[in-house]
Amino acid sequence: MELSRKDILDMESLSADEITLILDTADKMREISERPMKKVPTLRGKTVILFFYEPSTRTRTSFDIAAKRLSADSLSLSASSSSMVKGETLIDTGRNLEAMNPDVIVIRHTSAGAPHLLAKMLKSPVINAGDGMHAHPTQSLLDLMTVRENKGQISGIRIAIIGDISHSRVARSNSVGFTKMGADVVLAGPPTMIPKGIETLSVSVTHNMEEAICDADVIMMLRIQKERQQHFLFPSEREYSKIYGLTDAKLKNAKDDVLIMHPGPINRGVEIAYDVADGPYSIILEQVTNGVAVRMALLYLVTGGIRNANGD
Amino acid sequence: MLTVIKGGRVIDPGNLDDILDIVIEDGNIVEIKQGALADDENKESKIIDASGKIVAPGLIDMHVHLRDPGYEYKETIETGSRAAAFGGFTAICCMPNTNPVNDSRQVTEYIIKKAVKADIVRVYPVAAISKGLKGESLCEYGELKDAGAVALSDDGNPVMNSQLMRRALEYSSRFNLTVISHCEDFDLVSDGAMNEGAVATKMGLSGIPNAAESIMVLRDISLCELTGVPVHIAHVSTRESVRAIRDAKKRGVPVTAETAPHYFSLTDASVKDYNTNSKMNPPLRTEQDIEAICQGLVDGTIDVIATDHAPHSIIEKAVEFDQAANGIIGLETAVPLGLKLVETGIIDITDLIEKMSKNPARILGLKNGLEIGKTADITIIDPEISYCIDANRFQSLSRNTPFDGWDVKGKAVLTMVGGKIVYQYTT
Ligand SMILES: [Zn+2]
Repeated sequence: MELSRKDILDMESLSADEITLILDTADKMREISERPMKKVPTLRGKTVILFFYEPSTRTRTSFDIAAKRLSADSLSLSASSSSMVKGETLIDTGRNLEAMNPDVIVIRHTSAGAPHLLAKMLKSPVINAGDGMHAHPTQSLLDLMTVRENKGQISGIRIAIIGDISHSRVARSNSVGFTKMGADVVLAGPPTMIPKGIETLSVSVTHNMEEAICDADVIMMLRIQKERQQHFLFPSEREYSKIYGLTDAKLKNAKDDVLIMHPGPINRGVEIAYDVADGPYSIILEQVTNGVAVRMALLYLVTGGIRNANGD
Repeated sequence: MLTVIKGGRVIDPGNLDDILDIVIEDGNIVEIKQGALADDENKESKIIDASGKIVAPGLIDMHVHLRDPGYEYKETIETGSRAAAFGGFTAICCMPNTNPVNDSRQVTEYIIKKAVKADIVRVYPVAAISKGLKGESLCEYGELKDAGAVALSDDGNPVMNSQLMRRALEYSSRFNLTVISHCEDFDLVSDGAMNEGAVATKMGLSGIPNAAESIMVLRDISLCELTGVPVHIAHVSTRESVRAIRDAKKRGVPVTAETAPHYFSLTDASVKDYNTNSKMNPPLRTEQDIEAICQGLVDGTIDVIATDHAPHSIIEKAVEFDQAANGIIGLETAVPLGLKLVETGIIDITDLIEKMSKNPARILGLKNGLEIGKTADITIIDPEISYCIDANRFQSLSRNTPFDGWDVKGKAVLTMVGGKIVYQYTT
């Protein structure tokens, strides 16, 4: 099977079969990163542009390493170094980049739908590395990979996603991705952080964290942003962490084999207690490792990897 | 020379509805009767065959943005006037959010001068409620009235300061200037880019709740009651606003209201794929809101259909959704979209003419109507022509419409202003 699409824009547009293909490919890619010589020639001669309108060290580094491990040439552009500051539109910037014949454009943008706009205009494959509050498909895929690896399967597991659901593209993409793969998703957070109509994604919603975690196989904590206080979403970090922070005490009611995830970067002592983040249930660093494998798989698949890379 | 509009169904709501001929001389209606031609055979006359068509008093769009002065690449007074004529409007009211803002005699006079020079449709300037649309101080309403303004609005912005709104109502009443309120609570809207709900949530866009509009509608109704001065509510988009206005009217509060064709034709689902031509303020709502707006049109809660014609170039629209400008053009699609309400039996053709001609004239104190002695501002509508909307053929300078490619039925086929034909449809 091949990936039959040009772009990776969101989890809605991927079929369950395509998700499985990506995860299977990522499983194979993971081994490359464990070799002493962490490089294969698969994408030699290919150019990957990492176009980051929104600062992100983690995701950009992950894509950069993924490209380099496959021998692609990668180039990073950030909003401050690009002509965006001079008033060029996204479409113009995209066309200029395309004129240099890249093989893949990875984009992160503060505006929902920006990768879709770019994908419509360009012939090159576009991978969404996060657009506003909308989607973060590569994060969702690495989360699916990590859960599958630890639980053997995704179907039938119950995952609780806890925090500021309203502003989280990770929550949206995982709600779509996990339900598509047969998992139950429960979202939890204060009423101010649950967006209207989210239940139409076939998820359940609670404002009570204890209720969300008691029968969860996986607990995913979301980063809380201090700036949200200005928008009256919560009164203080102190109260937030008391009610919605993940602590050992709250974990007492969780399943014995529960897994704890976090898309990072974490606020220790706020949404997740210091010792819980490093505790026995945490698979947070495994997520980071798998992030490289998933991004290698995607770069490989969108460039038509199966056809081009026989023999590697 | 005489002009005779022959054999059409002449509808002047509450006054006329019959197959009649209208005779026009020197820009005025001089005769309305059956078989008018025979009597005037001795004079040389121009005959307009209106058989099978609707002959209505000239349509008035009381909510239009002409972008001139300041943004002439989007629309000018001339191109906007031509778009109006093509859409069947004999008069339009242009909102003051130009650059400079129309808060002075100079800008009001500039608009009138350019409209007279274009010589297409009547253009009535709406001046600002507050200086610079800033919501901080009153404009000189006496001066603006004298210059030719017909109404006041800070459209584009709400008047957030309730005290200023109260005083604007009181002071404006001295000059008989209708106050048009753009109802939007800035704090509730926050960074909202579309209607709040499942569609926005799935698309990762910040939502604008219905209450952001209805809270201000309710406030303005309270101020209307307090002052006794009429308020006209612009572009009603929510069911809560319809309910509030209906209740107020029942109590005898002198509030009037308009909606735009897109608020009874589209839901927020049409924002999908981040289509910026479906982005406007207030945003497209839901089926329930459409239902309430139609009900409001039926029972008279909503007096007027106005387009909120808001031209934008591709520079403002071919961008990220949350950064795209609000607004769509409407002058050249209003008649077929209005006729859809007639076609589906929600309102009848007389109601439609009332809401697109009679009522805006009444609210603004403009002359209007098919009566002997009146100025011949007339729109002829063919309700039967089927066609596909093609934005590339619009007269407007802009193309930002979600209705491009829609199959519709009915259009204005002749627009007459002061006895002069400013637009005539040719196949
Ligand atoms: Zn407005």
